[in-house]
Amino acid sequence: MPYISNTDEDRVRMLAELGLTSKEELFDDIPADLRPFSFNLPPGLSELEVRRFTQTLADKNATDLICFLGGGFYDHFVPAALETIISRSEFYTAYTPYQPEISQGTLQAMYEYQSAICTLTEMEAANASLYDGGTALYEAMMMAVRITKRRKVVVDEGVSPIYRKMLHCYTSNLDLEFIEVPVARDGRADRQAIKTQLDKNTSCLILQNPNFFGCVDDVTDLAKSAHKSGSLVILSTYPISLGILKTPGEMQVDIATGEGQSLGLGLSFGGPYLGFMTVRSKYIRQMPGRIVGETIDKNGQRGFVLTLQTREQHIRREKATSNICSNEALCALSAIVYLSLIGKEGLKEVAELCSAKADYTLKRLSEIPGVKARFPTPIFNEFTLELPKDAGDIIGQLIEKGIMAGFPLGCYYKNMEKCMLIAVTEKRTKEEIDLLAETLEAVL
Amino acid sequence: MKLIFEKSVAGRRGVRLPKCDVLAELAVPEELKRKQPPDLPEVSELETVRHWTELSRHNFGVDTNFYPLGSCTMKYNPKIGEEVAKYQGFSSLHPLLPQLRQGGVLTQGALQVIYETERLLSEITGMAEFTMQPLAGAHGELTGIMLIAAYHKSKGNRKTKVIIPDSAHGTNPASAAIAGYEVVSVPSNNNGVMDFNEFEKVLNEEVAAVMLTCPNTLGLFNPDIKKIADRTHQVGGLMYYDGANLNAILGKCRPGDIGFDVVHLNLHKTFGTPHGGGGPGAGPVGVKEHLKEFLPISLVVKRPDGTYALEYDRPKSIGYVAPFYGNFGVILKCYVYILLLGREGLIRVAENAVLNANYMMEKLKSYYHLPYDRRCMHEFVLSAKRQKEKGVKALDIAKRLLDFGFHPPTIYFPLIVEEAMMIEPTETESRETLDKFIEAMIQIAGEAEQEPQRLKDAPHNLDISRLDEVTAAREPNLRWKG
Repeated sequence: MPYISNTDEDRVRMLAELGLTSKEELFDDIPADLRPFSFNLPPGLSELEVRRFTQTLADKNATDLICFLGGGFYDHFVPAALETIISRSEFYTAYTPYQPEISQGTLQAMYEYQSAICTLTEMEAANASLYDGGTALYEAMMMAVRITKRRKVVVDEGVSPIYRKMLHCYTSNLDLEFIEVPVARDGRADRQAIKTQLDKNTSCLILQNPNFFGCVDDVTDLAKSAHKSGSLVILSTYPISLGILKTPGEMQVDIATGEGQSLGLGLSFGGPYLGFMTVRSKYIRQMPGRIVGETIDKNGQRGFVLTLQTREQHIRREKATSNICSNEALCALSAIVYLSLIGKEGLKEVAELCSAKADYTLKRLSEIPGVKARFPTPIFNEFTLELPKDAGDIIGQLIEKGIMAGFPLGCYYKNMEKCMLIAVTEKRTKEEIDLLAETLEAVL
Repeated sequence: MKLIFEKSVAGRRGVRLPKCDVLAELAVPEELKRKQPPDLPEVSELETVRHWTELSRHNFGVDTNFYPLGSCTMKYNPKIGEEVAKYQGFSSLHPLLPQLRQGGVLTQGALQVIYETERLLSEITGMAEFTMQPLAGAHGELTGIMLIAAYHKSKGNRKTKVIIPDSAHGTNPASAAIAGYEVVSVPSNNNGVMDFNEFEKVLNEEVAAVMLTCPNTLGLFNPDIKKIADRTHQVGGLMYYDGANLNAILGKCRPGDIGFDVVHLNLHKTFGTPHGGGGPGAGPVGVKEHLKEFLPISLVVKRPDGTYALEYDRPKSIGYVAPFYGNFGVILKCYVYILLLGREGLIRVAENAVLNANYMMEKLKSYYHLPYDRRCMHEFVLSAKRQKEKGVKALDIAKRLLDFGFHPPTIYFPLIVEEAMMIEPTETESRETLDKFIEAMIQIAGEAEQEPQRLKDAPHNLDISRLDEVTAAREPNLRWKG
C-alpha cells in the first residue's frame, strides 16, 4: 500500500525483534468478545480511480451560477499567490506549534495575523483564530459572562439568525437568560428597546455591523449605554467592510469577532472557515484560544512562542477559558497572506468596489416596478430588497436561469416572505448586475 | 526575521484590482467610515511570496521531518486529498445554495460526499449515525456532551457529573465543564488504566457520562472497558468515546460494539487530513440509535429516489453547533482517504501503527524508564526520570532531538507520568526512519550521562535557540505596533 512504507519483510523482522510471529498477537489486549461485529467497507481504490470518481461528484455541483448570495459568506476574489503560499506543506502538514524552535514559520505568521486583525478592527489584542464566526461569537459571549459574572445576554435580531441559533444551542444546558430584541423600522438596532434591557444583570449586548439585513450603523451610543450598566459590548463584523467602515475600536466595543472567510478563503460548502476575535487589552487573560507572543531566544534574537497558555485546556483542564485545542491556523495564514497581498490601499479599493457595485445594483433593481429597498438605512455590499411576490419562489426561478440572486429572508424572519438579501462583491461586473435586473424583471 | 509589516514600503502593491465599471454615488456616508485606514503591509507579490516561503523553511512538517508527536497521529497525508479539495465544484460551492429552492439539485455531489462519509464512519466505529458538523476534536467533545445532556433532559434525569480518568486529554474535562457538568477525576492504577475500584467509588446515579479514550493516552487498552461500560449503563449513565486514538484499533475493535453511546473522531488524526499548523480539523460525532433524534441540525439524508437532501425538521435536535455542514473541505479529504485505503487498508493502518510503536518501545526501554512495561497500542510513554538524576529533563531531550531533524514526542503529557515523553510513530513511517530516531534517542541517553550540558543547551543546529517563554507571558507582546 503506497501510504505504508514497510514491506512484509520489514514486518517479519520487526515482529521477530518483539519475539512475535504474527501481527495478530499485537492485539492480544483486546478481548475476543470485543472484536468488530462487522467492518463492511469497500475495497481500496487507486488514486486514478478516486480522482475520476470524485471529479464526477464535483461535476454534479453548480460551478457557473452568478453569485449574489451572501448572508455572511461571500464570493470574493482570491489572488493566485495565496494558493502558492498556503500549499507549502511545511505549513499545512505541521501540528500546533508546541515546539517553537522548529515552528517559527507558523508562529511568526500567526503573530502577523494577530497584528493585521488588530489594525483592521482597531482593537488591542487578537487570538490566533477560532473555528468560525459563529463559534467566535459564542466564545465572546461566554467570555463576557465570566468577566461580568452576570447571566443575562441581550442580542439584537440584526445579528445573523444562524449565529443566534448557535448561541441558543450552546447555552441550552446553562443557566443563561436570552433576550432577543427585534430591529427598528429602519432595519437598525432598536435603541429604545435595547436600552430598557440593559441593567445590572446584563453581561453583554451582542450586535452585528453591517447587520444581517445589510444595514450599516454606528453603535457607539449603544456601547456607551451598555458600559453604563456595567455590561460588555460584543460586535460581530465583516472584515472586508472594515476597509472603509467605522471600526469596532472606534465604536468602543469590548470584544469584536467575525467570520474571516472573506479574507482569501473559498466558500467550500461551509468550511473550513475562520473565526477571529479581538479584545481590549484588559481582557487578554480571559480570551479563549491560542495566542502567539514575541520574545527573544538565548542570544537575544527575536522569536515567537505560544503564550498565556495558563488560560488553556491542556494546563487548566476543567477551569480553562475554553475547551478549544485545534483552531483554524491554516485559514488564519490565508487571511494574513490575503491582507498582505491586497494591502492597505487594496483593501480600501475592494471595499469601495463592493460598496459602489451594491449601490448600483440596488438602484438598478429599484427601477423594476414593485421592487424596492426594504430599509432606508445606508448599506455596504448587501441589502434587503422587497419584491411584489414570494422571494423564495423568485430566487428558485432565477437559479434556473443561472443566477444565484440572493437569500430569502422569510426563512428566518416573520413577515419577510417577500424580502430577499442580495450581496454584491468586487467580482460582479456591470453586465452581470444588468443581467440580474433584466432576469428579475422578466420573472416578476 | 523581519515581519511582513517591517518590509512595507508606501506605494507598493501585491494586487491590482479592476476599475469600477458602474456609476455610483458614495453609498456610505462619512460619519459611518473609519478615520484611518488599517495599517496593513504595502508589499509586492514577489516580496509576499518570498516572505512566507522563507518562513515556511522555519517549520517542521510531516512532509519534511519525522513527527512522532504522541496523541496527534502525525501520519503522512495523501496528496490527492489536497487536489480533490481544490476541484471547483467543491471549493467554490456556496453553503446556502442547498437551502434555496432549486438549489438542492445543484449540490448533489457535495451532499453525497457528506452522506457517504457519515455512513462509512458509522460502520468503522459501530455507531448508528454521525453528525459531520463539529469543526475540531474538542468541538466534537462539546457536541457529544450536549447530546448527552439533551438525552438525560428528555428522560427527566437529573445528572450533574461526568467521570474522566486522570490520564485524559485536557479537552475532556474542559468540554464537560463548559457544557455545565461537574468533572470527577479518577486515578489510574498500576497498569496505567483507570482504576476500576476507584471508578466504582464515584459511580452513582448523578453520573451523566463516563468520558474515555481507549486505548488511553498511555497507549494502553483497558481490559476492564466492557465492565466499565456495563456498570455505567446500570446507573443510567452514558459512555463517551474520545476518538483521538482510534488509529490503533481500526478494524480490530469498534467503540460501538464495546458499548459506547457517543463517539467523536479527529479526521485530522486518524483519517489522513493534514493538521494545517494547528487546524483546520474536523470532529464528527457518532451516536447510537437512542441518541439520534438529538443530533444537530441539519443532517444529510438519502431519499428513496437516490437523491440527497438536508433535513431540518428535527424537533428534539440540540440545534446548530456550526453554521452549516462542518468543515466540508476536511470531510472531503477524509472521504478520499477512506476510498483510497478501503477495508483492508484501514486494518493495515492499525496493524502497522501498533507494530511501529511496539518496535520503538522495545528498542528504547533499556535506555529510558518505561513506567508501564506491557504491550502498547499505537503509542507509548517513556519517562526521563532516570536522566533527570543528571539534571536532564524531558524538555532538554526534546530540544536535542531537533538537532537530529526530528520533531520531538509530546512531552509532560499525560500528567500522571513524571517527565513524560509520549511517542507515536504512526503506520506511514519506514523501519529505517524508526531506526534513525531510535539511534538518536540512544545517543541522547548517552549524552545525558556524559555531557548533560550539551542537552541543556540544545538545540545547537537551528537558526534559533531556546526561547524565553516566561518573559513572553509576563510582558505579552501580541502584535506589531509600528
